[in-house]
Amino acid sequence: MTQILSLLQAAMVFGTVILFGAIGEIMTEKSGNLNLGVPGIMYLGGIAGLAGAFWYQTNVATPNAMIGLLIALVCALVAAGLGGLIYSFLTITLRANQNVTGLTLTIFGSGVANLFGGAMNKMAGGVGQISVGITSDAFRDTLPFLSNVGVFSGLGFMVYLAIILAFLASYFLNRTRKGLNLRAVGENPATADAAGINVTRYKYLSTCIGAAISGLGGLYYVMDYIKGTWSTDGGIEKLGWLAVALVIFARWKPIQAIWGSYLFGALFWLFLYIPGLTRSSQEIFKMLPYVVTIIVLIVVSLRKNRENQPPANLGMAYFREER
Amino acid sequence: MNPKVREPFVRITKRDGLASWRGWLIRLISLILALAVSAIVIYAMIKLNPLKVYAAMWEGAFGSEKRSWVTLRDTMMMLCIGVGLAPAFKMRFWNIGAEGQILIGGIATAAVLIYCGNSMPTWALLLTSFVVSSIAGAIWGVVPAFFKARFGTNETLFTLMMNYVAIQLTSYCVALWENPFGSNTVGVINQQTRAGWFPSLLGQQYMLNVILVLVLAVSMYIYLRYSKQGYEISVVGESERTARYIGISVRRVIVRTMMISGAICGLAGFLAVSGASHTISTSTAGGRGFTAIIVAWLAKFNTFVMILIAALLVFLEKGAMQIASQYNLNDFASQMITGIILFFILGSEFFINYRLVFRGKKEAK
Amino acid sequence: MEGAKATVCMREITKTFGSTVANNCVCLDINKGEILSLLGENGSGKTTLMNMLSGIYYPDAGQIFVNGSEVSIRSPKDAFELGIGMIHQHFKLVDVLSAAENIILGMPGNGRLDMKVVNEKILNICSLYGFDVDPKQKIYDMSVSQKQTVEIVKVLYRGADILILDEPTAVLTPQETDKLFAVLRNMRNDGKAVVIITHKLHEVEELSDRVAVLRHGQYIGEMVTKDTNAAEMTNMMVGRTVSLNIARPEPKDPKPRIVVDGLTVRDIDGVKKLSNVSFAANSGEILGIAGISGCGQRELLESIAGLQLVESGSISYIDPETGKQVELIGKDPRTISTLGVALSFVPEDRLGMGLVGNMDLTDNMMLRSFRRGKSMFADRKSPRSLAERVVNELEVVTPGITTPVRRLSGGNVQKILVGREIACAPTVLMTAYAVRGLDINSSYTIYDLLNQQKEKGVAVIYVGEDLDVLLELCDRILILCGGEVSGIVPGRGANKREVGMMMTKLGGEAGK
Repeated sequence: MTQILSLLQAAMVFGTVILFGAIGEIMTEKSGNLNLGVPGIMYLGGIAGLAGAFWYQTNVATPNAMIGLLIALVCALVAAGLGGLIYSFLTITLRANQNVTGLTLTIFGSGVANLFGGAMNKMAGGVGQISVGITSDAFRDTLPFLSNVGVFSGLGFMVYLAIILAFLASYFLNRTRKGLNLRAVGENPATADAAGINVTRYKYLSTCIGAAISGLGGLYYVMDYIKGTWSTDGGIEKLGWLAVALVIFARWKPIQAIWGSYLFGALFWLFLYIPGLTRSSQEIFKMLPYVVTIIVLIVVSLRKNRENQPPANLGMAYFREER
Repeated sequence: MNPKVREPFVRITKRDGLASWRGWLIRLISLILALAVSAIVIYAMIKLNPLKVYAAMWEGAFGSEKRSWVTLRDTMMMLCIGVGLAPAFKMRFWNIGAEGQILIGGIATAAVLIYCGNSMPTWALLLTSFVVSSIAGAIWGVVPAFFKARFGTNETLFTLMMNYVAIQLTSYCVALWENPFGSNTVGVINQQTRAGWFPSLLGQQYMLNVILVLVLAVSMYIYLRYSKQGYEISVVGESERTARYIGISVRRVIVRTMMISGAICGLAGFLAVSGASHTISTSTAGGRGFTAIIVAWLAKFNTFVMILIAALLVFLEKGAMQIASQYNLNDFASQMITGIILFFILGSEFFINYRLVFRGKKEAK
Repeated sequence: MEGAKATVCMREITKTFGSTVANNCVCLDINKGEILSLLGENGSGKTTLMNMLSGIYYPDAGQIFVNGSEVSIRSPKDAFELGIGMIHQHFKLVDVLSAAENIILGMPGNGRLDMKVVNEKILNICSLYGFDVDPKQKIYDMSVSQKQTVEIVKVLYRGADILILDEPTAVLTPQETDKLFAVLRNMRNDGKAVVIITHKLHEVEELSDRVAVLRHGQYIGEMVTKDTNAAEMTNMMVGRTVSLNIARPEPKDPKPRIVVDGLTVRDIDGVKKLSNVSFAANSGEILGIAGISGCGQRELLESIAGLQLVESGSISYIDPETGKQVELIGKDPRTISTLGVALSFVPEDRLGMGLVGNMDLTDNMMLRSFRRGKSMFADRKSPRSLAERVVNELEVVTPGITTPVRRLSGGNVQKILVGREIACAPTVLMTAYAVRGLDINSSYTIYDLLNQQKEKGVAVIYVGEDLDVLLELCDRILILCGGEVSGIVPGRGANKREVGMMMTKLGGEAGK
């Protein structure tokens, strides 16, 4: 029983990182932009949050945890949003290829983040490891009323923030006029254009806001998952691609992404709870999330169920005069 | 009565037939701009004369004969992957899976070296690795191609996921072949015997890499440009309707082309293991599968242009490693600069394909 | 009509595209409480005229008055604000959204979507005019006629009281057409102005109160429907026969080359595109195929070329040398050519199907020939000399043979395509709208080429839209109407009016 609980908790922590990434990417893809820069954006969000907190903690005599937390949040949102802006400008205004631009953004984001992360590790001196303990603790504090409730104790507030964001995104997409317009832009920009929707504005906004949300995944990874430190081992990149996979798995539905993310987390950690695995066969087990995504991808294309398809215009630039 | 339609301040129109030298001029300008921006960023970070930094980068890439050869070797590796991706992209098939195809080729090579290292002469080992790694890569490429051809499964996401399956498979093999025990690495394979390593040619350790990749690049150029199959690839890439109209089987072309693409990327894995690192790890591909996509895309599938772009990117990587050690940065600076440069080059394509028409200026028709 | 005050007045409207004049000084009044038919052949400028009301195009010259005041309509949004809504032939709907969601798309309103209120309003509109729409149904689940209904409701929801429908019945079954007409009558009785663009006479007679006729971009005249008749309308629509002086040599020894029997074809949505079509195309003869656009011409040619899934029937090719019969159904283009069937096809979509726009002249010539020879390399020499020959012989205007064909003008593109297809030494040559968009000189070049092929004993099939040309060029004319053979008449001495009638009614007047 405790084993299951601890797997569940590990799954939720892991899942929250990719859930943020996936919600952001769903918002982006709903506008018809396939942003393969999610890992880079998560890197940007993570490093900006860490740098903000680090700067605050080193420059203030008695840092306040809440202020550190707010600074980290704002920095992450802004940096990730800017990453989205670069992507938007290149793909929407300059009509550069989306896949190539996204991949470049991933290279850029991981470069910037690891460059500064490494630099900060050096600046922190000592063991060569930066740590923003006070801020990180604030991120990892259990919500007061949940401290004794089994699986929930030990989960920071961002776990719930991710769930709330998923519901908000779902509400926005399905129950508001703007959400409806956004979906139309991703499906058929020419029709949306004819209906008087400003296609460019919708694409820009949803891509930048989506990027900001994805960036929170990086922040959560830095502050909670690795407890306010930095490592250049490429952990965020791996999770960033899983976030892209999760979007497919959830079939572009934010609420489906919630349980999907926990399932991915559980699949990822499952090997720890299976007795008798050797170190090598554990690695085979870690394939599961990717294999499951591939199967979902195939099934989606096989069933041709219209509800589960990617936005019809995903990956394509829109140029009004090109009919 | 009503105000006349106000012409927008700036309109975008498609450009047709820009002279190719002007295209290259635009690209060159964007490259210079990118280097300038990078210089500003570098200056902001380490307050050093950027020119000195670029000089240090040159030093890092070509400072000694050995460094030049390593730069050349890595350029050839990048070129090899780009050559592998070219036919897929020419067909408008988004093969994001080079990373995985390289790893699978690498695993295959490592397996040959480990299991047959003592029982075969080097030439046989090399030949076997060559064949096995290309077959492994081809399989990794054909799986998504089959589903794309048959059911229209999205190949971008499929090949992306195949990368991670390959990475896990590599982790599995690393754990399996661990040497020495507990190190979590495979170590240098056949360190004593050097069995299955690329032999020195003309006194140069990496000559064989260069020859092999140049042969591949030239063959691919000829294949895409002059062969019947290469022609079919371009027709399918341009217009599937036209392909059907003249009786080309689109499905077969997709599967066949991805087989070739995967096989060459698998060979890149062979180069990485047999011809360079003599070991296998999850970073054997090291993101080059992704970078090479950009190489192939920017070169418009011309394998000779790819040499230039691959050399530029590898130069940046090597140079940044040098400034990293010289100025106490870390080598991720190269990724950042690569990113900036690629952003600029990608953005410059817009000015090659479109033009801005400002209000008041009539378009000459 | 006399009492009705015009709600829309178009005055001296002119619109040109490049060198073609689509509308020349057209004046038209649209009245409330009236159904107006806009009648004309393909390419007579009906749709262009209406697009200027709906904000798709902006007129080069002329004035538009709505309810007495002059307006400038720059976008569909402007049109909506004036109460003008148009239902285009190609629906602008998002497939994965429901009917209601499509209807309110892009409209201002509260941030939160209250679909209940929306659905109610939609159902209100529906019950007012007798529509049958389920607001919650997804577009992809809908038949063509349901989609059309959604488009109409969309326009009404936005408060339009001037409705324009562009060939609304082209995609409907007779039952669906009846239903649509009932709805349109309800709207008229509700005081709305309705315009339908059509070229089907019986629809004009059945539905409209008034009919205005356009021909070659010119306004010809208008009549109260009940005071006119089919013959008068046809005369106005097709005009007097123009003498084009296209040569028409006598066919020499015509023998059946392609025999089509009982051909039936459905499209992906299961709509019947061809129904029990039978005919023979003879060697040394040009067989014209006439019909309103979308009557199955494309499906017919693509069935013969091996590009179309056929439901039933047979297509046999008779070899001129051996007299052997080859069945073409169920074979792809490659198999057909390896069987020794020398079939050439100039499709309607020149740059999307017949040629590759981004490739140069040589590479486009290679499309037919690249497989030749056993070598793994494609022979580029003979396509290059072929390209040079075509450029010289057909006087193609091009900077060189390495220019991508998409940069050439329409006439030159067509010369390259036809030149390549003829170079294959075909025994059957099919052309679809071979002179569409071409200037006079290029058109005559094409006619001459077709005649040359005919004299060589090739069976030429010519799908055309200009009746005058069909009547002067073709030896026999097959008339399609709604996917069925309405009749086959000899080209010599055929009556333009009669053929026009057969295009709009099965069997023409006799079939009534």
